[in-house]
Formats: sequence, structure tokens, C-alpha cells
Amino acid sequence: MRRQVPLLLTAIVGFVYIIQFFVPHKPFNIIEHLFTDWILIIAACAIWLGVLNLLKLSSEKVYKRAKDWPYALVIICGFFMITVAGFFFSGGRAFQESGTAFDYIYVNIFTPLSATMFALLAFFVASASYRAFRARTFEATLLLLAGFFVMLGRVPVGDLMTSWLPQGYRLSDLAGWIMMVPNMAGQRAIMIGIALGIMSTSLRVILGIERTITGGE
Amino acid sequence: MKFFEKLMSIDRRVIFLFVGVALIVPLFLDIEQTIEITPEVQTLYDAFMELPPGSKVLMAFDYDPPSAPELQPQAITGLRLCFDRNLKVIIIGLWPMGPMQANLALETVFSEENYFDKEPIYGVDYVNLGYSPGNELVIQRMGSSIPATFPRDFRGTSIEEIPLMRGIVNFSNFDYVFNLSAGYPGTVEWVQFAVDRFHARMGAANTAVQAPLVYPYIGTGQLTGLSGGMKGAAEFEKLTGFIGKGTKFMLSQSFAHMIVVFFIIIGNLAYFVTRGREEKKTG
Amino acid sequence: MDSVFSHTIAAILTIGIISFLYKDNPLYKFCESLFIGVSAGYWFVQQYYANLLPKLFDNLGITKLVGAENAPEGALQALFLEGRLDDNLLYLIAGVLGVMMLLRLSPKIGWIARWPLAFTVGSSAGLYFITYFQSNAMSQLEHTILPLNSFNNLVLIVGTVTGIIYFYFSKEHKGVFGGAAKVGIYFLMITFGASFGYTVMSRMSLLIGRIDFLFGTWLGLVK
Repeated sequence: MRRQVPLLLTAIVGFVYIIQFFVPHKPFNIIEHLFTDWILIIAACAIWLGVLNLLKLSSEKVYKRAKDWPYALVIICGFFMITVAGFFFSGGRAFQESGTAFDYIYVNIFTPLSATMFALLAFFVASASYRAFRARTFEATLLLLAGFFVMLGRVPVGDLMTSWLPQGYRLSDLAGWIMMVPNMAGQRAIMIGIALGIMSTSLRVILGIERTITGGE
Repeated sequence: MKFFEKLMSIDRRVIFLFVGVALIVPLFLDIEQTIEITPEVQTLYDAFMELPPGSKVLMAFDYDPPSAPELQPQAITGLRLCFDRNLKVIIIGLWPMGPMQANLALETVFSEENYFDKEPIYGVDYVNLGYSPGNELVIQRMGSSIPATFPRDFRGTSIEEIPLMRGIVNFSNFDYVFNLSAGYPGTVEWVQFAVDRFHARMGAANTAVQAPLVYPYIGTGQLTGLSGGMKGAAEFEKLTGFIGKGTKFMLSQSFAHMIVVFFIIIGNLAYFVTRGREEKKTG
Repeated sequence: MDSVFSHTIAAILTIGIISFLYKDNPLYKFCESLFIGVSAGYWFVQQYYANLLPKLFDNLGITKLVGAENAPEGALQALFLEGRLDDNLLYLIAGVLGVMMLLRLSPKIGWIARWPLAFTVGSSAGLYFITYFQSNAMSQLEHTILPLNSFNNLVLIVGTVTGIIYFYFSKEHKGVFGGAAKVGIYFLMITFGASFGYTVMSRMSLLIGRIDFLFGTWLGLVK
């Protein structure tokens, strides 16, 4: 029950999705639609699971007065603030409409917090460029030069610096060439490599060779 | 030599300060910059311009607030272009925050003077169908039935009551798909399903982080146009003639890139000087 | 509510996060915790309205059962009021699978969550097997077969082929094969460099957005 059922489920669902690609007609399209809805419901429950787990851990921290427990309380309060607003003060299904309590929290609390959290990376990218971006080897030099030219070539100042060169030979043209030729070649190789990897892993999962999801080796 | 050793161990907060100043100061400067148009953005613009009035454009907002500085200007420009050319816009999102970002973009567009007397009508000229969970599975299902995938719009109105949605069954009813993407699910999935499986014609606006990854799709023709990051936004704005934040922020962007390049040069200089000294010492 | 008040809240939270650059501090920790809590709540509400309500509760008729206005009739109403088996009754299975997923919280029967997990893994495997083959493998290979009539085409072909050779680890990278793999590394390095350049562009753009909010939207200093 613990091992066989998950393997069987994986195989059945996997084959249904493969077959419906080639035969998008009854009954496979109907089964696929149904399975898709089921997966979405499972995915929603998985997200709820994560959220409930977070609440459980935070509550335990507050209850035990563990280190930094006031911040765990902030997590709980933040959660209830938006959930109560979303469920009870935002008009039900139209909860995301402009002007609802949910939208207010989204615009004035969620947006600045999430946007600034990611914006901080700008500082760390600059710091990392200074400390770790070294032309130690030929490969590292290639990486550095490509980054260097793309960075300058993709902003107007790059063209300003090379305005004395004829059109077609300026930094923006060089950056464009890097993106459209060597970068595209490299990305293509990566893309094909990943595709082959995903295909082989998918096949292993569907055929039950890959068993880590069932808790096996 | 001591100077370079000190430079190697500089406090990171000094670097942070330089970055901050490099980004803030240009916001107060008024220097005109020449924005060169890349072929990818030109193709995107041309794809919009080739559409006859009344064509239906599906705009997929697959991003969240952190990516908004890059993608919101492109969304606003895309919407303006569509409304100005009388193209019908159908908005959806594979990211839950996407349709909310779309509403913010619409608010910005409609707050402009041009739209005071001829504001596009909701349900007739544009509609926001909201978010549907399921990532790429949503695109797959849209290929067979859009009404089944989005039975209600963002406001909870049944799709049957929306005039613009009459006769729209699947991708064959859209003349162009414009995807604004910040990651997964996004442009890669739209190409895999909407373009390759259901033969939609599609262009994309991506965050700069994601743009290099989708360049191979331009080479194959799977993508008809690509606008990457703030620079892409500035180019798109220049082509359409609607000058917005993409153009406004280009000066700060230039300064930011220069400061990073400056740090790379200084860092390498200090590294090579101090390494040479160490090699001499060890003999 | 007054926009000045709203913008001030947003600005305080923005500054709170930025304050981490100086050093870790209570204001940053508060903002970080608030972000975690609000994000969790956001997803909780979002998944309910976007997913569970229309797909599970509406289809089964639970929404109607609890007395919600304008709720559609579902499978349970069909079964108990009309005495017929509705197709939507199959959504009960999804409900059970969802509950199984939530049982992961219980250490004793947490293993049951592997069933719904297997369901989702199977779907991804089946879906990706075909799409990656079509869009990312075949389509890219097809467009790499180019006429050798220009320098760019030559670079594109050499870069793609040697890049793929580098990813082939079943044969030792020696001799001609090793040389080709080495060229592949050079192309990959240029690719990573280009990606780095674009990453810098992206991160700086995000920061410019926040600075514009502080100095423009909030303080009104930037037009």
C-alpha cells in the first residue's frame, strides 16, 4: 500500500497525459480534464499544508517563548490580518477587486515588502561583482568579458562611449551579437541538455524505475 | 600597494552606498539619452502593428510585484498600444498576482488625459479573466476550451454575459498572444503549449533575468518578438511613442551598470596587484 | 483610506527591509516576519477562491449546502434531492486526495500523502516528456541545422554541438571529444556571462523601482 499504490498512480496518470497529447479526443481529453482539476485541488491542499505547517511551528515558538518568539507572533498576526480581510471583508469571490480590504493589504503591505526583499539583491550583486568576479582563468575571463560587454551594451551609455565608431560596430551591436549568436548557441545546448534530462527522468518516473517519491531508494 | 590591500578588504557597506547613490542621483537629473532599438523589440512592435483594428490580443500577466519595475512599464505600453489601435484585450494570469498587476496597469493607462473621454469599455474592449491555478495545465486546457478554463471573469461575472468573450473558444480565436513573464510558469510554458501545440502567434516581455533563457525561441521563430527588462521597456516605449517609466529609469540603469563595471575593474586590478606581490613574496 | 497614510506604511516597510543592508535589526526582522505571514495568508486565501471553492466545493455542492447565496447546485444536491449520480461526484476523489495531502501534518499517517504526491508527479512526468521533446529538443535541433554560409551560422552550430558534447558525461572528455567539450565550456561561459549582465540589469531595475517609490510616490521629490 505504501509503495505500490503511488507507483501505480504515477504510471496511470503519466500515461494518460502522454496518450492525450496524441489522442486529444474522448475519453482521454475528459480524463485529462478531470485529472487536471484533481491535481489543482491537490496543489491547493499542498499549499494549505505548507501554510498550516508554518502556523503550527510559529504557534509552538510563541507558546514555548522560544528565541525571537515575538517575530513568530508577527507571522501569525500577518497571516490572520490578510486572511480575515480576504474571507470576511472583501466581497467573497471578487476579493481581489480594487478597493477591497484584501487589495489594500496587497498594495500597501505585500507589494512593498516583496518588492524590496528582491530589490535588496541589487546591492549583493554589486558586492559579489567586486569580490568574486575575477579573471583568474581563460574561462573566467570569457565570462567576465561577456558580462562586461552585455552590461555596457544594453544601456545607452555603452553607445555613448563608442559613438566614435561607425554604426554596427558599437557596444550595443556587440552586445546584440553576443546575445543572438554565442549566447543563443550556449542556451540552446543547455535547453537541449535539460530537455533530454527531463525526458529520461520522466520516463524513469512513469515506468517506476525512479522510486524516490515513494520513499524508496 | 597598501592601498590595493585595503581595497580588497573594503567594507561591503561602502559598496552598497555607492550603488545607492548611483541609482538615486540620476533620478534628479535630466539628461537625454539615445535608446537604440534591438531587432527583437522591433519585431514585437511590428507584430502589434500588423494586427488590423478589432483583432483580439490575449495578454498573460505572469508576474508579481517584485518584477513590476521591469514588466509594468511594458504592460502599460502594450495596453496603450492596443487601445490606441482599437485592438481588443483579453487579460489572464497564471500567477495569482498577475491580474492584480493588470488592474494597476489599466488604472495608470486610464488616468491619462487621452482616455478621459474615450475610455475603453470593460467587457467590450477589454476584459480581465483573472487568475487560474494550474500553471501550464491552464494553457493546455485553454487550447480546448477557454470558457471551461475561465468560467468567470475577475469580478465574478459569468463569461457568457461578457460580449467580448462571445465566440472565443480556443487559441484560434486570438490574433496574437502577448506574455509578460517573470519566471515559471511563463514564456517557456506558453511557447511549449500555446505556440508549439496550438499554433498561437506570440511575443513576450520578460524580466532581464529570464530574457537570455528564451533567446533560442527567437532563433526558431517560436517567439515573434521579445522585450527584455527595463531596456526592452524603454525601447518599446520609444517605438510606440508613449514615454513612460522605462525611458525615465534608463539613466539610473546606465549609472548602475557603470558602477558595477567600475567595481569589477577595481576588484580585478586590486586582485592582480596584490597577487603579484604575494607571488614575489613566496618567490 | 488616505493615500498619504497608505504610502507612509509602504515606505516604512520598504525602509525596514532596506535597513538590513546596515546590519540585522529588529525593524528588519519585524518586516521579514510580516512578509512571511502576509504571503502565507495571501496564498491561503488565493488558493481557496481560485481553486478549492470553484473546483471542489462548487462542483460537489458544498457551497450550496452551507447556504451561500447564488451558489450553483452540485453533485450532492443531484444525489440527495434528485436521486441521480452526477459526473461531478468524481470530485469527491480529489477531495479525499486533498485531505490525504493535509494528513502529512500527522506524523503517524503522514505517509498517505505520497498518494496525492504520486498523482501530481505522474502528471508532470507525462506532460513534460512530450512538451520538452517537442519544443526544447526537436525544435532547437531542427533550427541548428543551418547552411554554412555565414560566420554567425558557423558559430551557432559549433557552439550548440560542442555545448551538447560537454553535457555528455558517459564518455571521458579526452582527445578530440575532450577538445570539443572544452570549446563547449567556452560557449557556456559566454552564455553565463551574458546571463550575469542581464541579471545585473534586472536586479538594478527592481531597486530603481523601490527608490522611485520612496522619492517619487511617497516624498514627491521625483516627477
